[in-house]
Amino acid sequence: MSATPVHPHQHEEDDCGRVLTHLNDYIDDKLSPELCAELEAHLAQCENCRVVFDTLNQTLYLVHQLRETPPELPETVAYRLFAVMNLQQFIPKKKG
Amino acid sequence: MTGIEIDLDIYPDEASLLQGLKRGDPEACACMIKQYAPRVYAIAIRMVNDRDEAEEVLQETFISACKNINRFEGRSALGTWLHRIATNAALMHLRKRKNREVSLDAPVEMYGGDDVYREVKDWAFSPDDHAMNSETRDMLEKAISELPETLRTVFILREIEGYSTEETANILGISVSAAKVRLHRARLRLRQSLAPYFIQPA
Repeated sequence: MSATPVHPHQHEEDDCGRVLTHLNDYIDDKLSPELCAELEAHLAQCENCRVVFDTLNQTLYLVHQLRETPPELPETVAYRLFAVMNLQQFIPKKKG
Repeated sequence: MTGIEIDLDIYPDEASLLQGLKRGDPEACACMIKQYAPRVYAIAIRMVNDRDEAEEVLQETFISACKNINRFEGRSALGTWLHRIATNAALMHLRKRKNREVSLDAPVEMYGGDDVYREVKDWAFSPDDHAMNSETRDMLEKAISELPETLRTVFILREIEGYSTEETANILGISVSAAKVRLHRARLRLRQSLAPYFIQPA
C-alpha cells in the first residue's frame, strides 16, 4: 500500500506485499482506521488480494469450529488414565 | 468416555467439585477427568502430534493437577487451569524431543515468502456448504498437524485454544512480534494446504 491512491491494474506488487503484511492485524481487528481504509481500498480493486483474504477467512471459520469438536479420546486411553490415577473402581469390568 | 462409571451430578457445580478435589475425594477426581480429559487430550494430540506422547501429556496433566489442586486459587476456571497445565506439559515434550527438524527458538522468517501468492485461486466455497462433518474435520486436523512445529504451536494456542497473541507469546516464551509472524505464516500455509479441498472442478 503506497501513500498515494492505487488505481486498478496499476498497483505494484509492493502494494500487495504491504497488504499481506497487515492482513493479520486486519483479520484480528487490530489495524488503525487509516490503515484499515487503505487496505480495504486495495482489496476492492485487487482480485488476488481479495481471494487471499476471503479464503483465509474461510479457513479460519472452519478452524474455529474445531474448538467445539475435540478429537475423540479413545476409551482405552481413558481407562489407562483412570488406572494411573488409582481410580480403577470407575473402570467398567470386562464382561465374560 | 462413555464407559466410565461416574455420575457427573455428584458435584453440581465447579465450587463443589473443587471442594471434593481439595478433600481428595476419588469421585471428584474421576468427575474432573471425565469432564475435562477429552479437551486436554485434544490439546495434547494437536500439540505433540503423536498418540503415545499425547497420552503421556494427558496423564501428566491430571497427575499434576491433583498434586497441585490446593495451589489452584480459582482465579480462572478449572478447565482453563487444566488447559494451561496440558499446554505446558505438551511444550515440555516438544522441547525434549531429539532430532527435531526445527528448534522452537529458531528464527522465524519474515512476512511474505513464496507460499502466499503461489497459487491464488478462488474457492467457490461458502461456510454453509461445509458444515463440520467428520471428513472436513479430519482434513483440517491433518493440515494443522502438517504445519511445522514452530508455526503449529502458535496456531493451536491462538486459533483453537483461543489465547490472545500476547498470552500465546508468553506461554511459548517468545516475543509478541515473533508470535504474530508465526501466526501469520501458519494461517497462510494452512490456507494454501486447504486450497485443493475447496477448489471446485471447472
